[in-house]
Amino acid sequence: MQSEKVLEMQGICKTFPGVKALSNVNFTLRKGEVHALMGENGAGKSTLVKVMTGVYEKDAGRIEVEGRAVHFKSPQEAQNSGIGTVYQEITLCPNLTVAENMFIGRGKYTFVNWKSMNAKTAKLLESLGIPARPTQQLSSCSLAVQQMIAIARAVDMDCKILVLDEPTSSLDADEVGKLFVLMRELKSRGVGIVFITHFLDQVYEISDRITVLRNGELIGEYEAASLPQFELVSKMMGKALDEVENLKRHEVFANDAVSPVFEATGLSSAAGVKPFDFAIRQGEVNGFIGLLGSGRSESVRAIYAADKITGGEMKLNGKKVKITEPIDAMMQGIGYLPEDRKGDGIIADLSVRDNIILAMQVMKGFFKPLSRKQAEGFADEYIKRLNIKTASMNTPIKQLSGGNQQKVILGRWLLTHPKYLILDEPTRGIDIGTKVEIQKLVLKLAEEGVSVTFISSEIDEMLRTCSRLIVMKDRQIVGELSGTNLTQKDVMQVIAGGSV
Amino acid sequence: MIMGKLKEKLSHLILPLSVLAILIVVNLIKGADYFSVTMINGALYGNIPNMLFGASELVILSIGMTLVTASSRGQDISVGVAAAITSAVFVQILMNSGEITWLTILVAFLASCVVGILIGAFNGSLVAVFKVQPMVATLILFTAGRSISFMIDGKLSPVLANELTSQIGGVMPGLPIQTPIILTAIFIVIVAVFLKVTNLRLYAETVGINAKAARLNGINPTKILFMTYMLLGICCAVAGFIAVTKSGRHDSVNILKYIEMDAILAVAIGGNSLGGGKFSITGSIIGAYTIEMLSRTLLRLEVNPETIKAFKAIFIIILMVVSSPVVRGYLATAKKRIGVGTVGDLAKKEA
Repeated sequence: MQSEKVLEMQGICKTFPGVKALSNVNFTLRKGEVHALMGENGAGKSTLVKVMTGVYEKDAGRIEVEGRAVHFKSPQEAQNSGIGTVYQEITLCPNLTVAENMFIGRGKYTFVNWKSMNAKTAKLLESLGIPARPTQQLSSCSLAVQQMIAIARAVDMDCKILVLDEPTSSLDADEVGKLFVLMRELKSRGVGIVFITHFLDQVYEISDRITVLRNGELIGEYEAASLPQFELVSKMMGKALDEVENLKRHEVFANDAVSPVFEATGLSSAAGVKPFDFAIRQGEVNGFIGLLGSGRSESVRAIYAADKITGGEMKLNGKKVKITEPIDAMMQGIGYLPEDRKGDGIIADLSVRDNIILAMQVMKGFFKPLSRKQAEGFADEYIKRLNIKTASMNTPIKQLSGGNQQKVILGRWLLTHPKYLILDEPTRGIDIGTKVEIQKLVLKLAEEGVSVTFISSEIDEMLRTCSRLIVMKDRQIVGELSGTNLTQKDVMQVIAGGSV
Repeated sequence: MIMGKLKEKLSHLILPLSVLAILIVVNLIKGADYFSVTMINGALYGNIPNMLFGASELVILSIGMTLVTASSRGQDISVGVAAAITSAVFVQILMNSGEITWLTILVAFLASCVVGILIGAFNGSLVAVFKVQPMVATLILFTAGRSISFMIDGKLSPVLANELTSQIGGVMPGLPIQTPIILTAIFIVIVAVFLKVTNLRLYAETVGINAKAARLNGINPTKILFMTYMLLGICCAVAGFIAVTKSGRHDSVNILKYIEMDAILAVAIGGNSLGGGKFSITGSIIGAYTIEMLSRTLLRLEVNPETIKAFKAIFIIILMVVSSPVVRGYLATAKKRIGVGTVGDLAKKEA
């Protein structure tokens, strides 16, 4: 017999201007289960959660909480129906005490009975096994404990459904363990838990069932015990395991005799990537592969010194170089296209022209500005070469489409004539045509002798462009793949299993 | 192409220029002799020269304020006070140098510039290194500055009674234009050349728009913030120098009082975003002259000097509301409604 359903969502649709974020998604949560919601970025997980918790209103579909149809217009309404949410970033007040955080904003208390408030809090903390004192200031607790307090607050507000959105992303292994103890305790009390994370191992450690979303559509609902890890990965990425595409992969660069252009040993950064070794030869295209949060972006950011480097050394053409700031890397001929195009890449209000010349201009120096004519010449050259669609070179870059913005950033780095180019997700969120153009460009650059590190969430792109894949999991390198007959299945198995 | 460039520039300056035009029209209605200029003792006087003369310090400060606003997304409210300090230093060095010659004036002026740079470095370090909000960071000097200036003075309002400094603050023999106007023009030219031979514009705008991305493209945001605050420090020193030579005495309490607010206003009227990023120094300069002209127009309209500030405020409120994104958006929508009638689509998009 199936256990009692505490939440049922049927045929949920949600459209944003120009994007169908959710189409016809079903989701069922049972009493006393941990249900993992899985999917890559943009799959619709957060949209579904936001519909569930009343942040967004659904366009179509039906939501039932314990058999009663509900229609949330605000997060408050969802909370009143017993849906509690704990986000990745802790949304409590760090300068208040634990007990104050527990009771703040809960209406009926006009006058505060400090004594009973502290006593109630102490009892709750003890019953859930949370190591904190009610009168302690929240900021003096560790992140994990703060996370637990946020959960305890939700539980105390009588929640039957608890949504945990990436609760473990800033916790270490020990803290994750403690959090899981708390989750199991809640489970035994009959709370249904929706668990979102990028860490596959954690999913299998705690979840009973898994729902997979991709591109806003429901892929399926599975028992965790009967879904192997690599099958989960393939479902998230949307490639059937037996699907063997005829890929025109770049000629494998297997000449071991050539010494590397760039080499790093024991490199680690403040962003939490564990010390790793890395090397790339002239004209080689390699890639870091792994799920989001595996540390692939952090690794390349360490190479470029985008995050503070905490250890290791780097060599360029066999000579030791000191790279502590991005400008050092640039002067050594390294270019970096960041993953977060909006936040790290474009200078939104500046013109396409200024965005193209920026890196080259900075390398030339503060006192050597390009003349307007030179700048226009360069901008014109790269607008034509990369086929950038813009009204004029004076148009602010923010008015361009995502793909064209990305091409401007690519142009920016090509203009510096890099020896080694790092491209982190250059194809994310852009149309298919531009994607292909960018892949072709990468291969052409490699032919011209530029070394390229290419990162993409789409495995077929990686297979097509890279001759060597460095596999990452949990912020460390777990393997390396090369060879002419790599298939998606190999790759997925390595990502999921963590061994070559 | 050239027409296009001109058009692009003009669209940024449409607000300050139209305000300036309105003020000129008002003045002409009041009396057609507005543009008349008379020669007194070999120099030109009249409504326009007087306006240029009066606005000198404001123009110079608004240039520095524009740079600081662009890079640090905030304003320096200590500029008037900083100018009081630098000019106090200038006066002390000059009075203690024995003989007052062009050379000692130059030395004293350069020393006051160094002090201005130090003040800029102080504010800059709070903003760039300690990430204090610009207005809060400069509030420190704003509060303490006039006392510091008073301490440098040592006594009440030291008097600069000599031929040379009064020539700087007034008229040089043989030159038909008052010296502060010439100094301001020279300063503007120097700034224009500096912007031409360096990448200050690109760097400051990039840092103001996205400091994180600026760093990834090899720019050091801390350095750029420091630099803009130090440049503003120099602007303060020059403005202080002109103010003190104009008045002939250093009055710590009243010299350039409240000018920081006018400088910020000049930046805003000039079509610059107070939230940083792209900037137009031309706009700020026109903005500064507009503010001066506004005060003088109100005087000419025989508004009681005590009530001028209230009228000025009303005018500025109207100006700010008209140029606000809300009104602009409304106008754009209205335009569309009259035109193609796609308001429904627009509303849907907005929803």
